[in-house]
Amino acid sequence: MNRRTFCAVTAVLSLTVASAAGAQQASWGPGADDTAFATMLQASFRNAGRVTVERLKQDETQAFCSDPQLATSKAAAKQAEAIEAANLASVKWPSDGKWLGDWKSGERIAQSGRGLTWTDSPTQASGGNCYNCHQIDAKEISHGTIGPSLHQYRKLKGGTEQVMRETWAKIYNSKSSNACSNMPRAGHMGILKETELQDIMALLLDPESPVNK
Amino acid sequence: MGSPMRIRAASKDGVTEVRILMNHEMETGQRRDGAGNVVPAWFIQEVKASLNGKNVMQAQWGPSIAKNPYLAFKVKGGKAGDKVSVTWVDNKGDSRTDEANVT
Amino acid sequence: MNARLAAALVAALAAVAVFGGARAQDKDDTAKGIEAYREALKDGNPAELFEMAGEELWNKPAGPKNASLQGCDLGLGPGKVEGAFAQLPRYFADTDKVQDVESRLLTCMSALQGIDTQEYVDARFGTPKKNDLIALATYISGASKDKPVAVTLAHPKARQMYELGKRMFFFQAGPHDFSCATCHGEEGRRIRMQDLPNIMTKEGAAAGWTSWPAYRVSSGQMWSMQWRLNDCFRQQRFPEPIYASDMTVALSMYMAANANGSTVATPGIKR
Repeated sequence: MNRRTFCAVTAVLSLTVASAAGAQQASWGPGADDTAFATMLQASFRNAGRVTVERLKQDETQAFCSDPQLATSKAAAKQAEAIEAANLASVKWPSDGKWLGDWKSGERIAQSGRGLTWTDSPTQASGGNCYNCHQIDAKEISHGTIGPSLHQYRKLKGGTEQVMRETWAKIYNSKSSNACSNMPRAGHMGILKETELQDIMALLLDPESPVNK
Repeated sequence: MGSPMRIRAASKDGVTEVRILMNHEMETGQRRDGAGNVVPAWFIQEVKASLNGKNVMQAQWGPSIAKNPYLAFKVKGGKAGDKVSVTWVDNKGDSRTDEANVT
Repeated sequence: MNARLAAALVAALAAVAVFGGARAQDKDDTAKGIEAYREALKDGNPAELFEMAGEELWNKPAGPKNASLQGCDLGLGPGKVEGAFAQLPRYFADTDKVQDVESRLLTCMSALQGIDTQEYVDARFGTPKKNDLIALATYISGASKDKPVAVTLAHPKARQMYELGKRMFFFQAGPHDFSCATCHGEEGRRIRMQDLPNIMTKEGAAAGWTSWPAYRVSSGQMWSMQWRLNDCFRQQRFPEPIYASDMTVALSMYMAANANGSTVATPGIKR
């Protein structure tokens, strides 16, 4: 790690300490032994492929959620709300005003778990990783269970403007409604492009998609 | 000359069960490496086993056998202290022989 | 309710019951089938080939000093291999560090054999130098098979390593916001069809900790815990962990201490 990143990591860590001040007496979490933790991080990772140690630099959401004791406490409820609001404010709505793209392409993106690892080539398109955690089209039996089933999504939720908006916000930035959701922020972090988000939207919300058959 | 095999042979009620683990890449010749070149076929073609010098098992193998193959068979006869010998020969002409005592 | 409607209802309920029953049966059969497959794999685990290779490497003189590793102290005294793995990671006074089996091997190779271990640290997984280290770790782990995991946090540095490992377990970063806990912090979850142990519980930590090193049938490779962790971080979209670095030992300490009292099942076999 170069010195700049190291400073950045340290800065984020001390920021977490400040925000957690008072509530934090833990023997292990942020606030305890920060110097040792920062030293360990600095000494334990290296650049590989196009993935650099810059990625260890946490944003505010990641730092907050890395302390589950704090993040789930009553004392931090306000902070969680503020984090959700900031993430919601980051959501970019579809520039052409269209919620739904092509569900077939959406299915391909949902199936793919590739992209952004140190073994992926820079030209490798990122997948959505959706089936890794969710049931979606019932025909795909190899699905994960970290997230809820999305089968029959439109049938259960409806296809109103409100549902479109909420679903877009969830996919674009999952932390906009749940500060420490396990789900990646596909739009916010640049994992998927706008058209790809529209395709995923169609997989869930197009009446013709097998998800809703 | 290949890497050593793991051979176990146990006799019970006049039947000896021989279990063999072989250390071999078993390349099919169908795969390509990172640069897109075909990885040449390299697999065990023949396996022979003997009990006290007498041939008791012979097999012709092809590229469909898995990497690091496992082979188990039973043979009538054999008692503790008898010698089991196993030899394989691959398509590059390499071979390996290992022995074990029946327990 | 008239009799015809009642009969129809009973028939419908019976149909639901049969259908529901069939579904449950299917699931059981699938789970049983996978279990039977895993049992079948255990007979003739090619990991034994790596144990043999590791034992040979342990006893063979090598390096500039042309010495074997027979004098290596894995925590129970020089040359004592049996049972040592069950108590790793542990604090070592000579290095003043907490070490897992693989970082300890590097120490012994350097001290006893005079080998420059940086090349071993830098070597990619799947290449001969890393394979040698993993074969050695497989041999050492096999000599603790069926023994109870018994790591101690009595030394302050061991306790510190555990706490740092726990903090690392929850550390989120990268474009996907993943931490170890994202996948391994809840009971009964899967990625695709792969069951995920909850490392925060004793059972989950045992499932994770006690079965590595393991032979992976799908790739025909022998993987150590260091390789397992390396690939976890790759999938987390993190930068690459340095082999045998403090962070990897800290996470191992967190897992091993959580798994204390469970039974060492290495070398394992995985799909």
